Amino acid sequence: MITILYNENSLALQLGTTLDQLRLQRQPAADLLIVNGFPTPQGYLLQEGDQVIMIQRGLVPQKDQLEALMMARHTPGVHALISKSCVGIAGAGGLGSNIAIALARIGVGELIIADFDLVEPSNLNRQQYFYDQIGLPKVDALKENLQRINPYIKITTFNTRIDRQNLPTIFSDIDVMVEAFDAPDQKAMLTTTHLQCAPDCPLVAASGMAGYAASNSIKTRKIRHNFYLVGDMETAAQPGQGLMAPRVSIAAGHQANAVLRLLLGEEPT
Amino acid sequence: MKIELNGNPQEINDNSTIEELLEQLDLQIDRVVLELNHNILNASESRTTALCEGDKLEIIEFVGGG
Repeated sequence: MITILYNENSLALQLGTTLDQLRLQRQPAADLLIVNGFPTPQGYLLQEGDQVIMIQRGLVPQKDQLEALMMARHTPGVHALISKSCVGIAGAGGLGSNIAIALARIGVGELIIADFDLVEPSNLNRQQYFYDQIGLPKVDALKENLQRINPYIKITTFNTRIDRQNLPTIFSDIDVMVEAFDAPDQKAMLTTTHLQCAPDCPLVAASGMAGYAASNSIKTRKIRHNFYLVGDMETAAQPGQGLMAPRVSIAAGHQANAVLRLLLGEEPT
Repeated sequence: MKIELNGNPQEINDNSTIEELLEQLDLQIDRVVLELNHNILNASESRTTALCEGDKLEIIEFVGGG
């Protein structure tokens, strides 16, 4: 006999059972069979410890299965760790909204997001909002969007301007801090305050991502213990060199991946 | 006097404050994060701290956009 995980539950099987035989026993209508994170042919011989998810495409699953099925494509073990994590995101603009969506999609357990701003038309060239959200507070619109993507994570929002005084209170109890502001003085303020008040909590900040210079000039750098800086460090947003979705998304992707690596105990760089 | 600035030797005026040094380097004090001898300086420390021979100063300058 072998033991596998079938749709997140332990199951004992005869040695020699194939994936197709399991499907016929348990879920004959399933047409997507995923083993250890990868779609797998029906003839596959199941092995001890395999993690199997079976999905019938188009069928809305039971609520209690939904989270397991959403995470079926993850590297096994990743979801278990990050679903218990909490990430703070200061700023819900070009960087913050993109980072929040990436982290929601992979199932980070809790996001704490702060921004004082409203959605405006010019935001739509890079920020993860929709035309029909113009005029809404960014944190409200973003929470809506995130919950449509992943209803199973906890999202706490603050429609407020962050300063030295409220930063430690708003972002207490987080595993990683993300700096996603737009103004350089705010970036410096958050970085200085965080490094002084929460030196044991890693910070992923960003500087320099305007325009459409080569993608490979955006990098992640380790500046000091628990302080990582993403960007090209020089391309400021200004007339003639605006912020645009492709390059901002690259920076946001770097930040989100740095967060993921930190949550999994790896150095981002 | 000599200090180490971002890892490189730098000759500066005796009794320079950090604020004066930033002005010489054309950096805005509210856009930088400063680490002096491995300690992060807050805003008021940045304005008042005088540099000494052999100090190790790291400056990170932020640019706008995000």
